[in-house]
Amino acid sequence: MWLTFLHMFHKRATIQYPEEKIKLPARWRGRIVLTRDPDMGERCVGCYLCAAACPVDCISLQATEDENGRRYPEFFRINFSRCIFCGYCEEACPTYAIQLIPDFEMGEYDRQNLVYEKKDLLIDGQGKYPGYNYYKVAGLAIGGKDKGEAENEEPPIDVKSLLP
Amino acid sequence: MSTLYIDGKPFEVSSGKNLLETCLSLGFDLPYFCWHPALGSVGACRQCAVKVYKDENDKRGRLIMSCMEPVTNNQLISIDDVEAKEFRDHVIEWLMTNHPHDCAVCDEGGSCHLQDMTVMTGHSYRKFTYKKRTYKNQQLGPFINHEMNRCIQCYRCVRFYKDYAGGKDLDAFASRNKVYFGRHEDGVLESEFSGNLAEVCPTGVFTDKTLKQHYTRKWDLTMAPSICQHCSLGCNIIAGERYGSLRMIANRYHGEVNGYFLCDRGRFGYEYVNAPTRLKIPVFQNGSTEDVNITRLLKQISSLKGSTIIGIGSPRASLESNYVLKKLVGESNFYLGVSETDYRLTNLILEILSKGPARPYSMKDVEESDAVFVLGEDLTNTAPMLALAVRQSVRQQPLKKVESAKISLWNDAAARELIQNEKGPLFLGTIAFTKLEDVATSTCHASPDDLARIGFAVAHLIDPGSSPVNELTELEKSLAQNIANTLLKAERPVVISGSSSGSDAVIKAAANISAALQKKKSNSGIVLVVPECNSLGLGLIGGQSLAKAFDESAKGKVEAAIILENDLYRHATLPAVDKFISSTKNIVVLDHTINATTRKATILIPTGTFAEADGTLVNNEGRAQRFFQVYEPANGIKESWRWLIQLSEGLLEKNFNHWKNQADVIQSLAKEIEIVKGVDTIVPPPHVRINGQRVPRQSHRYSGRTSMLANINVSESKPPEDSDSSMSYTMEGFRGQPPSSMIPFFWSPGWNSVQSVNKYQEEVGASLRGGDPGLRLFNPGQNNSVKYFETIPEKFEAVKGKLLAVPLHHIFGSEELSSKSDAVSKRIPQAYVIINGEDASSLQASEGEEIKFEIDGQSYQLPVKISKEIQKGVVGIPIGFADVPYADLPAWAILKT
Ligand code: SF4
Ligand code: SF4
Ligand code: SF4
Ligand code: SF4
Ligand code: FES
Repeated sequence: MWLTFLHMFHKRATIQYPEEKIKLPARWRGRIVLTRDPDMGERCVGCYLCAAACPVDCISLQATEDENGRRYPEFFRINFSRCIFCGYCEEACPTYAIQLIPDFEMGEYDRQNLVYEKKDLLIDGQGKYPGYNYYKVAGLAIGGKDKGEAENEEPPIDVKSLLP
Repeated sequence: MSTLYIDGKPFEVSSGKNLLETCLSLGFDLPYFCWHPALGSVGACRQCAVKVYKDENDKRGRLIMSCMEPVTNNQLISIDDVEAKEFRDHVIEWLMTNHPHDCAVCDEGGSCHLQDMTVMTGHSYRKFTYKKRTYKNQQLGPFINHEMNRCIQCYRCVRFYKDYAGGKDLDAFASRNKVYFGRHEDGVLESEFSGNLAEVCPTGVFTDKTLKQHYTRKWDLTMAPSICQHCSLGCNIIAGERYGSLRMIANRYHGEVNGYFLCDRGRFGYEYVNAPTRLKIPVFQNGSTEDVNITRLLKQISSLKGSTIIGIGSPRASLESNYVLKKLVGESNFYLGVSETDYRLTNLILEILSKGPARPYSMKDVEESDAVFVLGEDLTNTAPMLALAVRQSVRQQPLKKVESAKISLWNDAAARELIQNEKGPLFLGTIAFTKLEDVATSTCHASPDDLARIGFAVAHLIDPGSSPVNELTELEKSLAQNIANTLLKAERPVVISGSSSGSDAVIKAAANISAALQKKKSNSGIVLVVPECNSLGLGLIGGQSLAKAFDESAKGKVEAAIILENDLYRHATLPAVDKFISSTKNIVVLDHTINATTRKATILIPTGTFAEADGTLVNNEGRAQRFFQVYEPANGIKESWRWLIQLSEGLLEKNFNHWKNQADVIQSLAKEIEIVKGVDTIVPPPHVRINGQRVPRQSHRYSGRTSMLANINVSESKPPEDSDSSMSYTMEGFRGQPPSSMIPFFWSPGWNSVQSVNKYQEEVGASLRGGDPGLRLFNPGQNNSVKYFETIPEKFEAVKGKLLAVPLHHIFGSEELSSKSDAVSKRIPQAYVIINGEDASSLQASEGEEIKFEIDGQSYQLPVKISKEIQKGVVGIPIGFADVPYADLPAWAILKT
């Protein structure tokens, strides 16, 4: 009884949601977004690793390429009515494209509305991992970055040269 | 047999093999790069190191390359030795110093041998901090993508392309750590087998460009075992689907048929399945698709009940479809939808193969034969993989020298060094130039009749009991003598011929040679190539010729014709087919792709392609092989045989609706047609379960199943159930190795790439576990009652004002379906005709100029190519090309000015 009484003076754990918002840590695993690289290019390269890692198989996409060889997803779909917010996709992603963010306010009356397409997922920012640009470290040539122009690369070999 | 001790455990192994393949056969995981089961060992990559010990007292041992060391009795080796492991780890680490950070955008990822080997050795972080080497890529044409940064310099590509497949335009350039693999300049890879680079290269340097257009990881494909439909050899393939479209074709190992490889027509010819030329909805009465539904369509067809309906079968449709059609229209109303020539030649070939006495050789047999005589076939273009097999056969005789020098046959570099340019006997007799000439002992170009005469002469020289040939030139006589002597000297001689020259005499000559040889050599064989993937199957079902159907209809006796998966304009002349169609009131066509015949249909029913159908084909050696449906098509499209069963409900009193699945149909067929007895047993029946489970078409990593259709409906629908086989369309099911006839993809823990096939074989390079699939229908026993063909054609004489038009085949362009595929269509040459220089000068035509002529009343106007490789008085015409009207060749071309 005494203990119960004391609790009256403790800080309240219940907050007046939705008038009052909860503060979530940056690494909280909520709604999933697709981010952009520092040059505002789409980060996702359509490698399918997130889809493979997803234990409930709720990610599907199709990779495609622009005229200069840069890969990106033609469509990217997450069925949030299946997603368990485990964060495996984010862990699997080699480009930091897919990220879980601190937002859980996704309730819908119609389950169909929980199917998010790329237009619903892609944001205009880098999310939690600023600075990384996969194409700057990959060997693939894309528009604006030819062979040998990535970080830590020699210029392309001249096959016809006899110099040692 | 020898005893080999691996890490202290004894194993009984066969002697003579190298340690690497022996360890792999025993199921050990030992990393390698440069060794390939079909290419042998060169010891270039240093990845396969193991320790060997002198004896029990030797505790230190020494590191050796297991691919270069033969197995010896009581040998002691260690795979798990710490030093050996470290060595293998370091080799990968060095290879990786320059490897790009590409896996995410690399088409090899998920089926990459380099990834697998890296994981296997345990290397994970790049400690080397210096800059990475880079290369520029090349444009290599519509089939193959090049990304040279990913190369690990294992040399497999050039060893396959040049040494194995005889290609000339791929090589290693530059030196040291700059070595470059590519062409001397950008350009289309010329070899017909370039697609294999995607599988041979253990990295993502060479990848399938058609897959790249709709890229899907291997783990995301729904795959099924299938059979290539683009020529008569019936190579085994794996076909993979994603999101309702066919994405890629990969090799499916078959020890007897195609081994580890495929030709480019087979690998890249699949795109017609997704092409805009596909038929997706029923069409009714001259193109209107309004208010067409299946019920109305079936009602319309039922209204034909009681009238005379004929059925026209197809050499590119399955046994099942042809059989059900025949049953539907009745024995006397079933016609084989092939040209008169093909009809005659296929029946002739069936007779030769089934009666013997020569044994039909498989492609593996051809590879191992030590003397080959090709008569009348341009194999590279009519049966590409057979040409590849012939290329291997010319190594057989020189390899004896290698054996006697006590060098193991798998020791590829040493063997090639010893053989140098020496080649075993290969004689070619063809109408025009053929690519195998570079390895041939001698080649002769002539008209079909003259080729046949040489063939008959060879047969007579081998066995004087066969008819002699008069009026041979000295040259021909000595050639025939040379061929006869060589074939007689060989241990496993083979004669290869077929229907592509359109000549009975050529085939009969080949049959005579093989029969004569068989008398003296019980180990000899014959291979006969037929026009299409199921030509023999159609012939076995049997029916009347197409011309008879045309006659019947001209007499006004035909009220309706059901045409099964067949473009009649490819089997008869335009006027003849037009006349047939106009004199037949109802033309019901079942097909999957738009063509000239489907445009004329009054009722058009869309059917499934091989990827959307179950069926059985009989290949050129009489091997019945089953292909499985890869995915359930949209729009209610069905296999032709399913449609036909449904049609029977409206058309017949005693219909076939008790046939519920493929097994029911094939069982009925096997019971009815004596010679195909057993075709219903080549795969396990559909009710069979392994440990209570089906065999899944999807890998356990298949992704996106709760999302891929969520845009249409968020509630997932039940996956389709397969009533035709014991495979499932899902990722659930039996995870062990399925029976050899039902392998949807090769995968084994730690082995994601196609190299995992090693784990599915009895022993590396041998048959699949449980025996290679399929059933050989012809097994002529020791039949000594040789009956020779006797009519020998007259010597060919050029005729003034005329040229003898003979068919020429092209790997890209002559086959109907692959030509509708995007990548293949880019490789189809311009239409042309080829004539001899003398004819050209008498016609006053120069290279590239058009000449005019008429065949069978149809006019042709085509640019000329001049060649000394074609006989005077003969004109070669590419067949199957869209802009070259069909004519039943050989036929006389009347020159016009
Ligand atoms: S893992 Fe990342 S880069 Fe790959 S498909 Fe998913 S979001 Fe795109
Ligand atoms: S070749 Fe293999 S290891 Fe290299 S980038 Fe491609 S997938 Fe990755
Ligand atoms: S291109 Fe491929 S096959 Fe050729 S050497 Fe490089 S890694 Fe080996
Ligand atoms: S050889 Fe014939 S059956 Fe084999 S892959 Fe090529 S086209 Fe297909
Ligand atoms: S596989 Fe043995 S050295 Fe390459």
